[in-house]
Amino acid sequence: MSAALLKVTGLKKSYGAIRAVDGVGFEVMPGEIFGVIGPNGSGKTTMFNSVLGQITPDAGSIELDGRDITGLSPLELNRRGVGRTFQTLQVFGKMSVRDNLIVAAQEHHGSMFSRMFAPGDSGLGAKADALIDQFRIRHVADKKAGELSYGQQKLVDIAMAFMSDPALVLLDEPCAGVNPSLVGGIGSLLKELNRGTGEAQQKRRSFIVIEHNMDFVMDLCHRIMVMVEGTVMAIGTPAEIRANRQVLDAYLGS
Amino acid sequence: MRPMKTSLVAGLVILALLLAVPPLLKNYGVYLFSYWLVFVIANMGLNLTVGYAGQKSLGHAAFFGIGAYSVAILMKAGFSFWLGLPVAALGCFVVGLGLGFPALRVQTIYLAFATLGFNTAIWLVMRNEEWLTGGTFGINNVGRLGFFGLSLDGNLAYYYFVLGVALVMGALLWKLLASPWGKAFTALRDNPIRAESLGVNVQAYTLLSFAIGAAYAGVAGALFASLVQFVEPAPFAVGASIMMYLMVVVGGPGYFFGPLLGSAVGVLLPEWLRFAQAWYLFVFGVAVVLLMLWLPDGLLSIPDRLKARRQARAASAARAAAAQAIGAQT
Amino acid sequence: MTDFFQLVFSGMATGSIYALAALGFTLLWQASGTINFAQGEFVMLPAFTMLAFNAFGAPLLASFVLTCIVAVAVLGWGFKRGIADPLLRFGMMPIVVATIGLAIAMRNGVRAGYSAEAHPFPSLFPDKLFNVMGVTLTLSDVGTLAFALLLVLGTQAFLSRTVTGRAMQAVAQNTDSATVLGINVPRMVFYTFAINALLACAAALLVTPTYLAKFDMGESLGTKAFFAAIIGGFTNSRGALLGGLIVGVAENLAAAYISPTYKDAVALVIFMLVILFRPQGLLGKKVERKV
Repeated sequence: MSAALLKVTGLKKSYGAIRAVDGVGFEVMPGEIFGVIGPNGSGKTTMFNSVLGQITPDAGSIELDGRDITGLSPLELNRRGVGRTFQTLQVFGKMSVRDNLIVAAQEHHGSMFSRMFAPGDSGLGAKADALIDQFRIRHVADKKAGELSYGQQKLVDIAMAFMSDPALVLLDEPCAGVNPSLVGGIGSLLKELNRGTGEAQQKRRSFIVIEHNMDFVMDLCHRIMVMVEGTVMAIGTPAEIRANRQVLDAYLGS
Repeated sequence: MRPMKTSLVAGLVILALLLAVPPLLKNYGVYLFSYWLVFVIANMGLNLTVGYAGQKSLGHAAFFGIGAYSVAILMKAGFSFWLGLPVAALGCFVVGLGLGFPALRVQTIYLAFATLGFNTAIWLVMRNEEWLTGGTFGINNVGRLGFFGLSLDGNLAYYYFVLGVALVMGALLWKLLASPWGKAFTALRDNPIRAESLGVNVQAYTLLSFAIGAAYAGVAGALFASLVQFVEPAPFAVGASIMMYLMVVVGGPGYFFGPLLGSAVGVLLPEWLRFAQAWYLFVFGVAVVLLMLWLPDGLLSIPDRLKARRQARAASAARAAAAQAIGAQT
Repeated sequence: MTDFFQLVFSGMATGSIYALAALGFTLLWQASGTINFAQGEFVMLPAFTMLAFNAFGAPLLASFVLTCIVAVAVLGWGFKRGIADPLLRFGMMPIVVATIGLAIAMRNGVRAGYSAEAHPFPSLFPDKLFNVMGVTLTLSDVGTLAFALLLVLGTQAFLSRTVTGRAMQAVAQNTDSATVLGINVPRMVFYTFAINALLACAAALLVTPTYLAKFDMGESLGTKAFFAAIIGGFTNSRGALLGGLIVGVAENLAAAYISPTYKDAVALVIFMLVILFRPQGLLGKKVERKV
């Protein structure tokens, strides 16, 4: 049994009287695609934001690779190899697509001082181009990100999370608002990115994906966690979740 | 790359004009050009803070003043301008870092007012601490430096010196913006939350945007002191900061040459409007309002807007042609 | 001790005028995100307009009413349609600069077109003194404080108790939701601009008798209004009242007990302290950065 990449234990966060997250615990293995589903208001995004340092949990611990990362800032987490996409699009509208990707990783190279003298693209041009090709957005690579269609911006958003080679990527509703024809493309892209360059399972990236699109989640994820009202109702493979009576009653319907 | 080339050509043309025109002007004209260039330097700094890094700064004139007083006080005490200049730049850099700290805690409108308060505080010190600054009487007979044996007492000679400094400062800024720092500043401006989640040290870059901007104002202030040769608190009050902000926004925030145009509007336009006598400031005010209504992104946004309009027209022409083709088929 | 109370009371009277300008400023910001750097001039112009009507023979109150109508049309509707609406979607910078330009234009337009001198302004209240428990109060101070408080509290009541007022609050808190609920957002925003114009007219009526009508009277008044709004709390209309009163009283006390030259610095010092230690203002709520 290999060690978990991410270990969340007893996570709690309340907003006044509302217990958004009430004792959530789970593990994500290296190279695993871990889905999180649940009705609106079940605490998925709060849990996400706690792991990502956007909010500080009231209780509980979060460990990355055996080290405690509870309460670290988003900046520090990024440095330790945690990447994320956002539910609402957050690309840099006035910069070109290529520059968006470059800035997504440039701060990992050198120090602030050395970067003053580095070339404009910090040597990341080739890597950015590789991702651009992988995401099939070469034809808009030089346009300003704000001028792209919603679906294209979504792809840029996802690509940005991968530029710094994070070990763990959290994707918050990657298919939200996206054209149904693009959803399948995003799914296969994520599988490609998860497989990486064909190394062993242990070296691959892990994803945590919040999504409402059931077909997408069932097809993509190795394991799925179901959250309801701030607690974990079930964790299992897609097949196990689909067969789980409780989950069907509470969320999926018959 | 096309945009680089047009910038280069434009830059060279402007440089040629700046070199060739002033000898043809009268003394006051040369003085005015120096005055304008001094503000260009100061506003280059403000453009970095406000235009590229997206901060709010309504206290820039305070740094301008700190630079001017540093040089005036040191030169009066017998030190050379060449000591005064780095003291001005470094001093402003440090104070600018200090002003950046409120920027980490508050944002947008609160920050605007915090910088305004800072400016007023500095101005009050300038006005009241007579032992240091001469109070409202100021410091007069500030000398002009010697440059490797050449005297810069003449307006034309001093103008070329100021131009040289402006070119150096401009080149440094260009290099900084072309480096990864440029992208980091833009990321900070456009989406600080996303930037932080990507590893951009938002706090450090915020502080630095204030500090570097302030240093530029400090250098400009140093040049200003020797230009006008009489330093008093009035040009460094909140009103001046507001005018500088106006100059940056009118020129085009985030455009490299914005300060050139903006400072021209702020410094030269009121001069040219003098023929309107008592009404000239009124006309200036109205002109600023109309300019903002017409070009909210500043004067240098004109090429971008023309391009966008051309693209929109091409797109709708293509749509019309496609519609016609389909119509012809049915 | 009676001196102290006199100073506090007359400080409250002046402060309540700052509160009027601060309230309008805050409402504009809340409802539409407009930063009005010409707020002081919005008080100066009605002052001169009232003088003009007065010169044509209209009695003071009639001039006030006429000016209110003109103000709502020009400083309310005209300002909104002409400047705020076209520029708001471009962020804060263009509207800040446009209102700066507007302030310059208004100030110098009056200076060049009317007069550069200070003009006396008739007072709403006759010269009378009261004696309350040994403290001497002027009718002017009492009347000003009463009138201004009435207006501020009246505006609050309007905003929280009437249907229109609550619709305006909805627009201020969440424009998109308000639109979806069927609220006529542009009209609600216009009402905010109109209220600002009216509050500015009232401020002009109350402050000009003491400070005289001059083209630059708006400068320091505008600055104090900004400070008062921030000190009280920019997200809260009650904050404008508190901020104004604090500034007015502190100024008076500082002028008397420290030195008259420090009068203007007082508002600044309080403002700096608030910005550094409680940036959301005394009554304001902390604005969280949303992801």
